[in-house]
Amino acid sequence: MGKITNQEVLDKIAAAFGDVVSVTGEPHNLLTVETSREQIIGLLTFLKNDPTLQFIFLTDITAIHYPEQEKSIGIIYHLHSLVNNVRIRIKVFVADGDVHMPTATVLWDGANWMERETYDFFGVVFDGHPDLRRILNVDDMTVFPMRKEYPLEDPNRVDKKDYFFGR
Amino acid sequence: MQNHPVFFDNDPQSELSTLNLGPTHPATHGVFQNVLQMDGERIVSGVSTIGYIHRAFEKIAEHRPFYQITPLTDRLNYCSSPINNMGWHMTVEKLAGITTPKRVDYMRVIIMELARIADHIICNGVLGVDTGAFTGFLYMMEYREEIYEIYEEICGSRLTTNIGRIGGFERNFNTIAFNKIRKFVKAFPAVLKEFENLFNRNRIFIDRTKGVAPVTAETALSYSWSGPLLRAAGVDYDVRAMEPYSSYEEFDFEIPVGENGDVYSRFLVRNEEMKQSLRIIEQALNKIEKEPADIFHANVPEFYLPPKEEVYNNMEALIYHFKIVMGEVETPVTEVYHAVEGANGELGFYLVNDGGRSPYRLHFRRPSFINYQMYAPMSQGMLLSDAIINMSSLNVIAGELDA
Repeated sequence: MGKITNQEVLDKIAAAFGDVVSVTGEPHNLLTVETSREQIIGLLTFLKNDPTLQFIFLTDITAIHYPEQEKSIGIIYHLHSLVNNVRIRIKVFVADGDVHMPTATVLWDGANWMERETYDFFGVVFDGHPDLRRILNVDDMTVFPMRKEYPLEDPNRVDKKDYFFGR
Repeated sequence: MQNHPVFFDNDPQSELSTLNLGPTHPATHGVFQNVLQMDGERIVSGVSTIGYIHRAFEKIAEHRPFYQITPLTDRLNYCSSPINNMGWHMTVEKLAGITTPKRVDYMRVIIMELARIADHIICNGVLGVDTGAFTGFLYMMEYREEIYEIYEEICGSRLTTNIGRIGGFERNFNTIAFNKIRKFVKAFPAVLKEFENLFNRNRIFIDRTKGVAPVTAETALSYSWSGPLLRAAGVDYDVRAMEPYSSYEEFDFEIPVGENGDVYSRFLVRNEEMKQSLRIIEQALNKIEKEPADIFHANVPEFYLPPKEEVYNNMEALIYHFKIVMGEVETPVTEVYHAVEGANGELGFYLVNDGGRSPYRLHFRRPSFINYQMYAPMSQGMLLSDAIINMSSLNVIAGELDA
C-alpha cells in the first residue's frame, strides 16, 4: 500500500486531536474514523495541511441514513493523500432534527457540488456553502429522497415484501 | 434554500445579453444547460444546471440484488460502459473477498482498455469536430465501431454492455473475438498516427486549442479533478498505477502528463493514453496465452450464475441459481470503497453492506460530475467559441453527470 501506514496516520491524528476522533475500523485497509461536527473542519484542515500526511485530494463527500439511530444522518468524507497513496474515510453523525454541517468548500472548491448533492438527497445543510441549491432533483421538490423513509416504489404494493422470501 | 440565483440583468439599458446553451444544443453533447450572461462574444458569468437525465440509480441500487446493479452502471458513462461494469464487479468481489483467476484479470484489462480507447476516440474526435475538422472524427469512428463489434462478440450488446459477471465473464472469449481484438490492435496504431498527423501540428487546431482554458495543478486538485484532465494539468495520478486492480501492476505502461492543462494538452494526453492502452492490450494478449484457455470465471458458485442446462439437471446448481436470483447469498457486513480509472477519471464505488439482499447504500463517485463543476467558473471571461471546445475536451457524459 502506501508509504505510511494507517497506524502512523492514526498516531498523528491522536497527537493532534486526542480522543475527539475515534477509530471505527479499517475495512479493506481503509482507515475509518469518526468525529463530531465541531471538529470536522479542524480535522480536515489538519489532514490537508500536515506536511507529512498531505491529504490534499478530496475524493468524495456523501451521506448515509440510519433511521433507527439517534444520530441518524451520517456524512462521509473520503480523502486521498496522493503523495503517500493512503486513503482515509471520515464520518460525522448528526441528529435528524438538526442536520447542519460546516462546509468544506473553504478547503476544496470541489466540495461545492458534492455538498449540493448531499443536501439534495439527504437534506444536510452545509452552513457557509456559497450556493446550496438542489442539483439533480427538481428545484421545487420538498423531500430528501435518499432517506430511508422514502420508498422507491409504491409502498402499497405487497408482492415484493420481504416476508414472501422468508425474511 | 433559495431558488435559482438571479443573475439575469433585467435592466433594459444593459449591454449584456442572456444566452441559453442547452439543454439540447448540438455543442453540449448531452442534456445539460448552461445559462450564460454574455457581453458580446465574451462570457461574463454562467450557471450550470444539471440533472436532466437523473435516474436515481443510487436509490434503485438499494432495492436490487448485487448482480442486477451491473446494468445500472452501464448507463453512467455510456461511452465506456465496460469499465463501469468491471468496476462494479470488482467492488462486489472486494466486498465478498473473491480473488479472480489471472486469465479473468487479463480479459478484463483487454476490455477495459478497449473501452478507454473507444471513449477517447469520441472525445478527441468530437473535439476536432468542434474546432471545424470533421475528417478525424469520421476516420476514427470506424474503429470505435470495431471495438463495439468486439463487445458484441463477447457479450452480445454494443453500447450498454452489461459485460462480465461477478467473478468473471458470462462466457469465454471465442476465436472470433480474439481475432477481432488482434486485428484491431494491429490496425489502430496507423489510424492513430494518421489522426495525430491531421491535428497535432495543424496550425488552425493549435490556434483554437493551445492556451484555451488552462488549468494549474493546484486548481485541478482543489476541484478534485482526476483522469486525463488532472494529468493534462501535470499531476501523474492514475488509479491503475496508484492502487492497481485487476493485475495492472504486471503491465508495463506509462502515464502521460501534460504541461499547462489547456485543451491542447488534454487532447495530447488522451492520444497518448490510447497508445498506452494499445501497449497494455498487446501485453495482455501475450499473457493470456500462458493461462489455461478454459478459465473465464472464478469458482464462486454463490455469486456466479450456473449454466442454464445445469440448473435444470443438477441439484446444487439449482440451489445456487435460486439463492443468487432471490438474493439469499451471505455477504459480509462491512463497507468498501473501490476505485477504477474510468475514461474520465477516478470512478469510485462506495458500498455499505448490511448483509441484506441489496446494498444498504451505494454511492458512485462519478468523475464527470466532479470534473464538470469547474466549467461555469472557468468559463468567465472566455469567448463562447472557446467555451464550447473547452466543454468537449472536458468530455462530460450526461449519464455520468446525473447518475
